[in-house]
Amino acid sequence: MSISGPWYLVLAAVLFGIGAAGLLARRNILVMYMCIELMLNAVNLTFVTFSRLLNDAGGDDAVFFVLVVAAAEVVVGLGIIVAIYRRRTGVTADDVSSLKG
Amino acid sequence: MVNAAYAIVALPLIGFAINLVWGRRLAEPLAGWVGTLAAAGSFVAALVVWVTMLGRAPAERVSDLTAFSWFPVAGLHANIGLLVDPLSMTMALFVTGVSTVIHLYSIGYMHKDPGFDRFFVYLNLFLFSMVVLVLGDNFLFSFLGWEGVGFCSYGLVGFWFQRDVAAVAAKKAFVTNRVGDVGFMLAIFLMFAHFGSVNFSAVLGTLVHGHATGLLAGTPGAINGTTATAITLLLFLGAVGKSAQIPLYIWLPDAMEGPTPISALIHAATMVTAGVYLMARVAPMLHYAHATSWVIACVGVGSAFLAATIACGQDDIKKALAYSTISQLGYMFLGIGAGDYADGLFHMLTHAFFKALLFLAAGSVIHAMANRQNMKQMGGLTRYMPVTAVTFGIAWLAISGIPPFAGFWSKDAILTAAWGMNKALWAIGVFTAGLTAYYMSRQYALVFRGQARWREGQQFVVVHDEHAEGVGPGLPAPAHSGEEPKDATWTMTVPLIVLAVGAFFGGLINLPLHGWDFLSEFLHPLFPAAASVTVPTGTKWALFAITLAVCLTGLGLGLTTWRTAEHPRLEPNFLRRAWYFDDAVAATVSGPLRMAAGALAVVVDNELVDGLVNGVANVLGSTGQVARRAQNGYLRSYALGIAFGVIVLLAYLTFRTGA
Repeated sequence: MSISGPWYLVLAAVLFGIGAAGLLARRNILVMYMCIELMLNAVNLTFVTFSRLLNDAGGDDAVFFVLVVAAAEVVVGLGIIVAIYRRRTGVTADDVSSLKG
Repeated sequence: MVNAAYAIVALPLIGFAINLVWGRRLAEPLAGWVGTLAAAGSFVAALVVWVTMLGRAPAERVSDLTAFSWFPVAGLHANIGLLVDPLSMTMALFVTGVSTVIHLYSIGYMHKDPGFDRFFVYLNLFLFSMVVLVLGDNFLFSFLGWEGVGFCSYGLVGFWFQRDVAAVAAKKAFVTNRVGDVGFMLAIFLMFAHFGSVNFSAVLGTLVHGHATGLLAGTPGAINGTTATAITLLLFLGAVGKSAQIPLYIWLPDAMEGPTPISALIHAATMVTAGVYLMARVAPMLHYAHATSWVIACVGVGSAFLAATIACGQDDIKKALAYSTISQLGYMFLGIGAGDYADGLFHMLTHAFFKALLFLAAGSVIHAMANRQNMKQMGGLTRYMPVTAVTFGIAWLAISGIPPFAGFWSKDAILTAAWGMNKALWAIGVFTAGLTAYYMSRQYALVFRGQARWREGQQFVVVHDEHAEGVGPGLPAPAHSGEEPKDATWTMTVPLIVLAVGAFFGGLINLPLHGWDFLSEFLHPLFPAAASVTVPTGTKWALFAITLAVCLTGLGLGLTTWRTAEHPRLEPNFLRRAWYFDDAVAATVSGPLRMAAGALAVVVDNELVDGLVNGVANVLGSTGQVARRAQNGYLRSYALGIAFGVIVLLAYLTFRTGA
């Protein structure tokens, strides 16, 4: 028994929704980061699914780009988080607001 | 070898660039030698072109070298190009030649000046601008040079800008020149409107042996006398500014605040003659603008007379020479106005020699007198500065119009032409020649003859006169500490001797004998036949004799009167104050303008301009006050914004494709 294509899309949508909700709701920057990763991988899943359904390798290509960008983003982002953590006790997003208007 | 003309222009530019970039590192005296070599190279290049030109038939001596197109805009094609013809080469030769000796002189004169390299930067840039001005093949390119020399003049008059007077004088020179430049620019616009071109060849038509073709006769370039008058009058306004004629002459005496080599090069020999060159250049058009010719002649002779009277009452050695320059420029314009272009230029050449010499000798004197410029505190310098005294003496006789020195020939030729035009012009001219001889002799006597008044205890015997306007008693003897005055180093005396040779033999280039009038012959193909020079030979001799008698009288009066005693009666206040012209300008122009400017500053600037600027700033500021609330510093609210934006975008795309 194989799972049909649309279910993968549904799974991806659910994962994306969880990620988006988590990003908006949580205040710990590390958790927010995980949520972003979740959203990115939901998108990757969609790409792969369509790649299989439409028999087009373009979707697979896009996934590689997304992986590379995500890796780079994590490097920068974690660097910032470490820098923040050195200066203050926690990494709560709302506390980092000294550049507000 | 006509292409060597490019080198005439390029070498000073290269010298300028070198001194601009490495001048400070080259320092003294290397920066000066770079500048001098650039000028000398330019002179050699001019000689090469000139010799090449002489090898050709008179009709084939004009060549137009176009380097590249400067900017083509709509119908206007402005080229960077050089016009090599007898007129431009005459100018280029004397400009580069006189420049070279004055560059050399400056090495000695500017010794130990902290701005030594800056001086030569300006000097080379000036030379470049000046040759562009005389060699340019269209009005626009020439105008570039015209403004360039104006800028260099500004920079050099205010060379010692730490002194307030120098800075103010530089500003005055610049602003006064702008008044004339407006005329020049309007003339260019008018030319473009009528001819669709600003090239000399297109505007002035082709001249073949003194006859203009293509100006009135030719179809595309045809203009009427009114247009010719308008264009030439506007150009003359530019010339009046640059060449310091009535009423724009006021900047030149003040320009003497600059270093003396500058007074010699820019404000006597070359830049101020640019106006004369310009009017000679448009001679074919002047031929059809009789009104302009009259204006030029009258302004010229008026300036000559007025400035000569003022020169009689000056104590400052350089100011007296400055007024003398205005006066001599007036003679040149008289020649141009009388239609005797070649002799106007002839006087320009001889004047360049003797006036540059006078200034350089004066500079030598000023150096020896420890920067003192008051002639009443000099005297008896012949014994101490023999080279300066002899060379100054030659220039004095030349400007006074004593044969066989250079000034006699050129001045007499102009006066003869003036006689042919109008007897009154001639009479004023001759009287002015007498005045010239008088004030120059006064200067010579005050500086080089009589007693050494710079010594302690020596001073003038004042001849008191009850009716004299109150000029103070004899000047206190200045304390002259230090060594005896003496001639300067060789870099300063060699230029004096070179120029003295020119002032002595300069007349040879255009003797009033058929077959010996080399300059007139050389320039002949360029100028329309001079209608006015039809004075019979007998009359010419009589005029010669009268002029000479008047000059000798002036000479004798000046020498005998000023040798031993001071005569306040002979220098009334209105002459000392230059006919109160500056005061009148200050009262009528500066006063109301200052008030108007004050009113404008309060009403327009404070209210309108500031209101607008502040209003814009206020609107932006208050908008920002509102907008800054969006920037609240909470990451999640930004994320929410992004999410909301994505939803809106998706909705839009969906509905659009769905529709």
